[in-house]
Amino acid sequence: MDSFIVISLIKVAVIFAALMTTLAYLQWVERKVIAHIQVRPGPYRVGPHGLLQPLADIVKLVTKEDMLPPYVNKPLYLLAPFLAITMSLLSISVIPFGPEIEVAGHRTYMQLTDLNIGVLFVLAVSAMGVYGIALAGWSSNNKYALLGGLRSSAQMISYELPLSLAIAAPLLLSNTLSLRELVDSQNRGIVPLSPLHGLIPQFFSFGGIWSWNVFQRPFPQIFSFLIFLIAGFAETNRVPFDLPEAENELVAGFHVEYSSMKFASFFMAEYANMITVSCMATLLFLGGWVPLWPAEYGSSYVPVAIFAFAGVMALYHGMHPGRRRDRYTLPVFGVVFLGIAAIFLLPMVQSWLAPLFWFCAKTGAILFTFMWIRGTMPRFRYDQLMGFTWKFLFPVAMVNLLVTGFLVALRP
Amino acid sequence: MDVIVFLVFAIIAVVCAINVVVQTHPISSAISLVGVMGSLAVLYLLLGAEFLAAAQVIVYAGAVMVLFVFVIMLLNAGAEARKGRSLLVQLLGVPLLIAFLGLLAYFVQRLYPQSTSVHFGGFTKGGAKEVGRALFTTYLLPFEVTSILILIAIVGAIVLARKELD
Amino acid sequence: MLTAVPISWFLTLSAVLFALGVAGFLFRRNIITVFMSIELMLNAVNLSFITFSYHRQEVNGHLYAFFVMVVAAAEAAVGLAIILTIFKNRSTLNIDEINSMKN
Repeated sequence: MDSFIVISLIKVAVIFAALMTTLAYLQWVERKVIAHIQVRPGPYRVGPHGLLQPLADIVKLVTKEDMLPPYVNKPLYLLAPFLAITMSLLSISVIPFGPEIEVAGHRTYMQLTDLNIGVLFVLAVSAMGVYGIALAGWSSNNKYALLGGLRSSAQMISYELPLSLAIAAPLLLSNTLSLRELVDSQNRGIVPLSPLHGLIPQFFSFGGIWSWNVFQRPFPQIFSFLIFLIAGFAETNRVPFDLPEAENELVAGFHVEYSSMKFASFFMAEYANMITVSCMATLLFLGGWVPLWPAEYGSSYVPVAIFAFAGVMALYHGMHPGRRRDRYTLPVFGVVFLGIAAIFLLPMVQSWLAPLFWFCAKTGAILFTFMWIRGTMPRFRYDQLMGFTWKFLFPVAMVNLLVTGFLVALRP
Repeated sequence: MDVIVFLVFAIIAVVCAINVVVQTHPISSAISLVGVMGSLAVLYLLLGAEFLAAAQVIVYAGAVMVLFVFVIMLLNAGAEARKGRSLLVQLLGVPLLIAFLGLLAYFVQRLYPQSTSVHFGGFTKGGAKEVGRALFTTYLLPFEVTSILILIAIVGAIVLARKELD
Repeated sequence: MLTAVPISWFLTLSAVLFALGVAGFLFRRNIITVFMSIELMLNAVNLSFITFSYHRQEVNGHLYAFFVMVVAAAEAAVGLAIILTIFKNRSTLNIDEINSMKN
């Protein structure tokens, strides 16, 4: 019992530290990605390539005046950012980052806790996250904040429906609600996967990528994946569904009356929600930490190859830099990347570091898609947004669920 | 340990329920009711009802109460006026209530002595698998009927709440 | 010292919540608060159902509680739509003032 508490506390500390750092640097990554899409450098001056920019932002937000306007409804005003950030951080607690590891003689999962209703827990917590925004809009005693808050809450609960239906479809294939068992069910090695085994070329029974839920027999969950991503964009109030938030630039949004740390907690809540949606998409559809091809065939050397390539490119560009400052920063980055590649070569960490790399790579790819779309697409008008979910996305999700259920029921 | 969890969340539930009844502004009552539902979800977990606890938070606290909060925000009717009560009622009200509750608790305790005690893990058949199996075999007819009921409710709510096209 | 919770405590809690719901239903004049007291009563009944399901070691109580939840959701939707219509016509949420059918 004691070692369980100590291990859990250590896991809480590690995950919290990693999450807070990721939240801060996710904003840096977003600004860099959007800047490069728009052919400009992005944050560049604060530290090498702007890497200390999140630190500067945090200092700015913390030292701003934290005012409490006299005309707001004080209990609800103080409760709203607390609810928003609590619910966002709570859903990270059930996400598995990798397989079992052994630390100092104790075997433990790379997951804070494994509930056997893990998927429902994440849905429940994201349903409670709507309150943070609705109460923020109401308590600010400001017509524009109220409108923004109501619109955002209505959008979030409308898009919860196709989200839930899109989650239900791969659950039919994996037959479990627990997130760890979800990944284990996508970890089939080289086994025949369907009654049509003789008809399918041997290539498709190879395991690895073909056992991910998105390509799984009897019904590849590509539609569910797309519906989940679209609904995930709407749940986190990201472009192209960010009209309640972009009113911020035009008139006002639900967080107009908030300053410094409370404002920061709304933005942290948004990024944490983004991370949760990407992690859920990875676990449900892309196989969690299952590599592209099975590890027996050498897929553990992919991170080594990627980091070594990045290090060599950074070193090469450090020789002939475009800007004078890069002559000093790029070679340092090159050496750091080569060091990380060397760490991946150590055999004692490969059993858990390689799956962790695959999980982070897939989650990072989906987060990159979030930012890519933000830099590329215009936003929906509010009635177009609501019409899209009720008239198109919800029926498509239902039909997808019906077809999946039908084909799964036919499986012997 | 289970007793501590029960006592903490039962007290939170009762305090929030008293808040629902006593507060003047409907929005405070609504937030307190969300608190009641959350603490009841924890008590369901203590009773082994995992699926119901998740459904309580998703459906009740996360959808029905959001609907209540929306309507309160849209209507924006303000706090209720306090009505004056006579001195006798104010003095005797709460003590009589506590006496009645004590009697009630005593009688319930007499009916159900320490026969069954509730602890974590005492009931393992409350997961999604068992509930789903019962829902689609024994209770299939109520399931289909409630889905038609929800359809009727959706159509009714849309018809009642839409703008008149003049 | 108790190690497990006696089942009568759950039933007492359910009775207390139900009584509070009845009190709110009878004494409040704002129609939305009356509605919320109804939801409180339904929650108390759900707790009772699940408690008895634990007592009998069956899952049927959970199913009844599930159907109560579904019906409560449908009822909340229609009830709130009715409240919106009443507010549009009479601009008041006080149930003492909605008495035009009284003789």
